[in-house]
Amino acid sequence: MSTRLARGGRLIDRGAAQEFTFNGKRMKGFKGDTLAAALLANDQMLVGRSFKYHRPRGIVASGAEEPNALVNMGEGGRFEPNQRTTTTELFDGLTATSQNHWPSLEFDVGVVNNYAARFLPAGFYYKTFIHPRAAWKHLFEPIVRQSAGLGKVPKDRDADRYEQAYAFCDVLVAGGGVAGLQAALVAGRAGARVILLEQAPHWGGRAPVDGVEIDGKPAEAFVEAALAELSAMENVTLRTRCMAFGVYDHGYVLAEERVADHTPGDGRPKKRLWRIRAGRIVSATGAIERPLSFAGNDIPGVMLASAVRDYVVNWAVSPGDRTVVVTNNDDAYRTAIALKEAGLDVPAVIDARPNVTGDLPAKARALGIRIETGSAIVKVKGSKRVTGVAIGLQAGEGAAREEIACDAVAMSGGWSPVVHLWSHCGGKLVWDEAAAHFRPDAARPPITHDGSAMVIAAGAANGALPAGECLADADRAGAEAAQALGMKPKKAKAPEAAAPAEARMEPVWIMPQGAGPALRMKMWLDYQNDVKVSDVQLAAREGYTSVEHTKRYTTLGMATDQGKLSNINGLAVLADSLNAEIPQVGTTTFRPPYTPVTIGALAGESRGDIFQPLRRTPMHAWHEAQGAYFEPVGLWRRPYCYPRAGETHEQAVHREVTNTRERLGLLDASTLGKIIVKGPDAGRFLDMLYTNVMSSLPVGKCRYGLMCNEQGFLSDDGVVARIDEDTWLCHTTSGGADRIHAWMEDWLQCEWWDWKVYTANVTEQYAQVAVVGPNARKLLEKLGGMDVSREALPFMQWADGELGGFRCRVYRISFSGELSYEIAVPASEGMAFWKALNDAGAEFGAMPYGTECLHVMRAEKGFIMIGDETDGTVTPLDLCLDWAVSKKKADFLGKRGMQRTYLANPERWKLVGLETLDGSVIPDGAYAVAPGVNGNGQRNTEGRVTSTYYSPTLKRGIAMGLVRRGPERMGETVEFPKVGGGSVKARIVSPVFYDKDGEKQNV
Amino acid sequence: MLILECPCCGVKAEETELSPGGEAHLKRFGPGSSDEEFEAYMFARKNPKGVHFERWRHAYGCGKWFLAARCTATLEVFGTYPAQTSEPPADIVAKIKAKRPDWKGYK
Repeated sequence: MSTRLARGGRLIDRGAAQEFTFNGKRMKGFKGDTLAAALLANDQMLVGRSFKYHRPRGIVASGAEEPNALVNMGEGGRFEPNQRTTTTELFDGLTATSQNHWPSLEFDVGVVNNYAARFLPAGFYYKTFIHPRAAWKHLFEPIVRQSAGLGKVPKDRDADRYEQAYAFCDVLVAGGGVAGLQAALVAGRAGARVILLEQAPHWGGRAPVDGVEIDGKPAEAFVEAALAELSAMENVTLRTRCMAFGVYDHGYVLAEERVADHTPGDGRPKKRLWRIRAGRIVSATGAIERPLSFAGNDIPGVMLASAVRDYVVNWAVSPGDRTVVVTNNDDAYRTAIALKEAGLDVPAVIDARPNVTGDLPAKARALGIRIETGSAIVKVKGSKRVTGVAIGLQAGEGAAREEIACDAVAMSGGWSPVVHLWSHCGGKLVWDEAAAHFRPDAARPPITHDGSAMVIAAGAANGALPAGECLADADRAGAEAAQALGMKPKKAKAPEAAAPAEARMEPVWIMPQGAGPALRMKMWLDYQNDVKVSDVQLAAREGYTSVEHTKRYTTLGMATDQGKLSNINGLAVLADSLNAEIPQVGTTTFRPPYTPVTIGALAGESRGDIFQPLRRTPMHAWHEAQGAYFEPVGLWRRPYCYPRAGETHEQAVHREVTNTRERLGLLDASTLGKIIVKGPDAGRFLDMLYTNVMSSLPVGKCRYGLMCNEQGFLSDDGVVARIDEDTWLCHTTSGGADRIHAWMEDWLQCEWWDWKVYTANVTEQYAQVAVVGPNARKLLEKLGGMDVSREALPFMQWADGELGGFRCRVYRISFSGELSYEIAVPASEGMAFWKALNDAGAEFGAMPYGTECLHVMRAEKGFIMIGDETDGTVTPLDLCLDWAVSKKKADFLGKRGMQRTYLANPERWKLVGLETLDGSVIPDGAYAVAPGVNGNGQRNTEGRVTSTYYSPTLKRGIAMGLVRRGPERMGETVEFPKVGGGSVKARIVSPVFYDKDGEKQNV
Repeated sequence: MLILECPCCGVKAEETELSPGGEAHLKRFGPGSSDEEFEAYMFARKNPKGVHFERWRHAYGCGKWFLAARCTATLEVFGTYPAQTSEPPADIVAKIKAKRPDWKGYK
């Protein structure tokens, strides 16, 4: 059993007991425990189930690489799935539950998959579920959905807040082990602004656990002295609980700080995302131990040797009373020694190497530990917990020569440097034959803006595993980083670390090396995703030669640990199956983040009301007070309609349409884009931008214009007013102002930079109100101040003047077909003007109307709307707007594009009106079907609806649409199927449904 | 996230301040051009793995367009320069040639 030892534990405070629950069971731990350590102290080795076979899973590791011990944490608004117990700090009141099982952790029905494992090999998902086709929808998918997914999705809104912060430094050091500390010291002493980040809550990394001596003193003393010196430097920032998880272009680093994970509800943000710009990045991220592949290596109780050592030394937790150590290197003997020194039993060290000579094995021997050389674990005994191991020859095929009773196994397959930060931006790796791992290739680093190396690897992360080499390498890395930035490192002797000499390790990829299929089927590579040696070998037999393809096919390394434990073993097995060298097979791509990052941290404060900036018109508060129902238009919020008590939105829209057509409507049109184009060449410029001629527009007049992109497809439309000899005001769509302004600037700056033209986007400088309806003129006359008669201000003209004391510019333009004035006033006077219009308009039946009423009225008139009738593939000619496309101009943007032959095809879908035979409304987005089917067996189509509304004016459904040869087919009937069956028949008619001759707007 | 120096205002701007505008030094083909010329102007882009000339706008800064020469594979920036030119400045071309002897030129 696993238990708390009576003495020791360098990280725990035995005076501060913490209570927590696991699956409802009350347990006790100490301050300083990780959740994993506390669970082990309470003999809770079984903590979860694997993804595919639902096999029992125990704690394997002691850090970020843990694949198994993931739990649901917290409750309600603080519920989080898939939390790694090995990096979760224990706090009083913590609640955790295990995941991926039903009905309980101890008894899981899903474990039947385990017995069917031979029928669920690699690529199972790709080979099954294909026939019969109907079975996917009704049988396979529901079952797969039921059993898929790891952890539960939180149901409540996140109760916590998150924040983001920016930081800048010369040298960012990732990793606060002895290497990171030394690199930070050297760079800091040289005067560099240094940020040193450590993922754990404490400093020092592995050195204190491994009993390293630095300059004749324990590593702890070095760590303490280094921290004291670094803290005293003003140019150095230290941060624990902060994981540098990604390196990006030009020294950009993202780091996640766990601010209040361990103190939930204390008012601080749960997490803080650091966005750091660094001149150089020192990657001192250490190394991760690899498992060994032997049969039953996934049974709870089998752990990494370094993790066993961590639990004993850091938290005074023994994973088992009797621990068998299995290894291919000297380092694992540290675990055997640590266990023995803690008073625990180590029945044997199983070493795959035939000759074991190093200092550490010698010390183990001296402690009386039995060492079996040239040996292998043939099989682990037990199901929910290790009960023993069968051992045999490593060179053999798996015949057991002896069984050893034990309740834990500590395995070590060697160490892999954590090269993630080095590799994120393209740093290349070399295969180190002696240590059997990939390490950074200093000759091919990731580079920054000026072509120099951006990341410098240091210590174990650079493959310098022995403590002596590690510190010397880190010293070099810190100096290199400072020098690269033009700083001069101080001359100082690097501290010297002493550690026992280690003999060469021997790569062991499967154990024993001649194991047959039965054993290989029980050798786990990826614990979480249940990928075994046999699966990778099967993939190789089936022709998968690329490591990237094999990863996707077998799901090796695709679990939440992203292959931190399994990848090297997996690709070694693949290389062996392919008879290739490991470096030739290569690694999969390392992508950020290094460990999973909470989405909340990435979102930061950008959620809820401040998810994105809102644009409000000067009259917004009035609309809100009226209870307007808003809709988003770009970043604007515009009233969709103004429902009255008891009215549905639909009823409100119908009332607004009828009232505007019969009496008077007021629209807040302030969002309309307004761009001033001014200069001696402004007319020439607008002639290039618009499809029709704007240079000939007389001062005082307005003209409707279309803008196309170079392909000849419609991009925006609006009314242009000539203000004076060299000034035009271009109205754009509400959502298009910024885009069109940028478009104008692009052409002016990059193509016609010698043209004398200035543009200014004045959209927000003006409030604009449309006064619409038969009573519009009466209202303006009542306000008084300028002549708005038909004679003084005819249709499509504008005039400056005063209305009711407001300075204004009045445009006689109409998007509704009614008598209409659009009146612009300075934004600061918008609200007062709007109120004045509403007050004075009461006697004429004035009512505000929203965007939906505007849409219905423009559709009744057959006016197009950018984004409804257009979608980036529609030309003005498709919309029968030939009259607005100049034939005289030699050139304008889109002219050449429109001349492409396929755009002249008479079969193109063109704009028509659609009148349903039964008066109903055609569903939005419906397609008109044509006889026959296409190559995919789908019905042929001959058109689609672009705008469809109920017209309260005509009391029937009306629509606009693009139909094949539409304008030639007036009076014909087309058919629109409805979702859920049935269809609507519609007659092709003119798109102008109302006031065809335009008499009403012209009164 | 790239950092590019705006040649107009001198700010070393982070990518979030910039908006990209695709390949630089394209020649516009309008009415009268052949189908091949127009197709190439509209759709054919070099998309190299290596030295590339791009248009960027300091959209959330001074608003000016500028051009950048950089390596798409390593993200090394050789230089930025104003947009009012039809070919890269000689000093930037010389710098690229020195760093990338195999480079075949911007055309």
